[in-house]
Amino acid sequence: MSDAIITVEGLSKRFMLTHQTHGRYTALRDVITEKARSLVKPSASGQTAPLEEFWALRDVDFSIRRGDRVGIIGRNGAGKSTLLKILSRITEPTRGRITIRGRVASLLEVGTGFHPELTGRENVYLNGAILGMSRREIASKFDEIVAFAEVERFLDTPVKRFSSGMYVRLAFAVAAHLEPEILIVDEVLAVGDLQFQRKCLGKMEEVSQRDGRTVLFVSHNMIAIQQLCNDLIVMHKGLMVYHGSRAKGMIEYERLNRDIMANHADTETSVRFSILKSGQPDPDSISGNEGLCFNVEIQAHRDYGRSWVNIVVDNGDGMTVSHLRNDWYGVPLTVERGRTTVAIDVPDMSLAPGIYTIWARVALSEEIIVIDSEPRYVEVTGNHLYGYTALGATWTVTKE
Amino acid sequence: MSEKREELVIEAGASDANYWKDLWRYRELFYILSWRDVKIRYKQTVVGAAWSVVRPLLTTVIFTLVFSRIAKLPSPEGVPYALMVYAGMLPWQFFSNALTESSNSLIGNTNLISKVYFPRMIIPTSSVITSLLDFAISFGLMLLMMVYYGVAPPIQVLLLPLFILLTFLAAIGAGLYITALNVKYRDFRYIIPFIVQFGLYITPVGFATSSIGEKWRLAYSLNPMVGIIDGFRWCLLDQPLNVQGLLCSIAVTLFLLWLGVRYFRSTEKSFADNI
Repeated sequence: MSDAIITVEGLSKRFMLTHQTHGRYTALRDVITEKARSLVKPSASGQTAPLEEFWALRDVDFSIRRGDRVGIIGRNGAGKSTLLKILSRITEPTRGRITIRGRVASLLEVGTGFHPELTGRENVYLNGAILGMSRREIASKFDEIVAFAEVERFLDTPVKRFSSGMYVRLAFAVAAHLEPEILIVDEVLAVGDLQFQRKCLGKMEEVSQRDGRTVLFVSHNMIAIQQLCNDLIVMHKGLMVYHGSRAKGMIEYERLNRDIMANHADTETSVRFSILKSGQPDPDSISGNEGLCFNVEIQAHRDYGRSWVNIVVDNGDGMTVSHLRNDWYGVPLTVERGRTTVAIDVPDMSLAPGIYTIWARVALSEEIIVIDSEPRYVEVTGNHLYGYTALGATWTVTKE
Repeated sequence: MSEKREELVIEAGASDANYWKDLWRYRELFYILSWRDVKIRYKQTVVGAAWSVVRPLLTTVIFTLVFSRIAKLPSPEGVPYALMVYAGMLPWQFFSNALTESSNSLIGNTNLISKVYFPRMIIPTSSVITSLLDFAISFGLMLLMMVYYGVAPPIQVLLLPLFILLTFLAAIGAGLYITALNVKYRDFRYIIPFIVQFGLYITPVGFATSSIGEKWRLAYSLNPMVGIIDGFRWCLLDQPLNVQGLLCSIAVTLFLLWLGVRYFRSTEKSFADNI
């Protein structure tokens, strides 16, 4: 693969966990007493702090082509952040090899190294240098950065007097103006208000598409992933379980989550949610005016009485475009111990093209005990360029 | 975009061939981190620059009183006792400040280490710059004192930068070692003030090196600061220089530096995991 910009072979990372009784750090004091004790009583040395191995990454192999925008998803502790830290050279792998052909900038945190005592202007230079920009580079982009952050008036104020929003905006603005060949980003969009988040995403998208930049992006935010990435890597317990196109990756991830849910199902009341297209479960994609059937299966371990089932359809911007609830359709619902299945048939989804997140929320009893299902992702194809819905319509043209 | 495509290989245990090149490439970060340290130091303390004058001055006064008046140690020929003490105080303050700053530098920059890559050696070395600035200010006072006492520096004052460099190397050598230890053993930082205080007593700051018997002179020079302080007094006050002792101190300094760099390099890659 001559085109590969990043090649990862057999990458593994091991952490040794000590079961310490006293705090997080090794203290010299303890090492000395431990040594002294084993001198006096050699037999005791065998039973000092037991070490436990933990493999944060196991034999991960992949290669990324120039210009790919790869999202890395997985549950907490799947090894995503460890992978990024190794790729950014912050920590060393235990085994394996990575070859990188290009300048890397990694953004594992917004505002790394920002100092509260320094002014906005000073922090831009400091943060820029920390992220690997030269002073000349920062100077040439300085105005652009400040304009992007919308903090012109406060440039010479120490950032400790900034509101948290201003702080984050300034920090992200610096990062957004990095111009490496490979950009590594970790869950940094979780900060700032929604509008600014969208602006950042837009900026990153623009930069990566215009210059064919390679982006690696870890997030739990599926919407951000949808907007930015064309490929996905799915991690699970230190293993890479999937690498390929985004649409399939999301389904893979969802399947993984479902398996985990299934393991817990019999301990308490659970909700299973599935989508069918003409009787076939889990469709990858539909065209805008096709119909879908939603199935909500409630496995209750006691009687709840009056309850509600909601189906929520969110678009790629995180906006709910449709919300269905049984009572709005004049359908009463009670849930008793055992299994209750609710089927909702929508003959025409009327959705504009895009990727939609569809999930079910069950509210049980008058106490409103809420259980959310795992989300499902459906890609809708079609011709509608604008708007949120694709209404079924018959067009007639008459001429006189 | 640049056409020359660098290829970077990340592998377990592989020491980077271009570590020193990287260090050079990240020099801007070095400047900016030292600039940050300096800026913050003088922003946060009201006394700011005055502090780097007051501290050595007061210590000098006390040392002069204790060693000259109370202990009645002999004053070297032709030089006021206070001046001799201050000439020794200069490198000692620089050394102890630099050692303290660099020893605590990694712990103080945890957020950088766990989030960004750069050659880690930048942190302890850039933290020394603040001490260098303090040194420069204290040095200004030295010049004022020399004018006051009417002592002109001899020609070898031109060699003084070499001794400043030597002080820097001794401090950074020990500092690199201690700061790396500090990452691993968090209680190590409590030992640093002790080392500094202890060092003051085994270093000829308050008295002339000639007060030490000839027999012990060479052994005494194993303390690298002995040769350095002698050098300072030679450069500024034309005191006799023990060349053998100086060479011994230089050797110890270089050994310290080698040891510090080696230990730092070998533990550097696991800093992010331990910090």
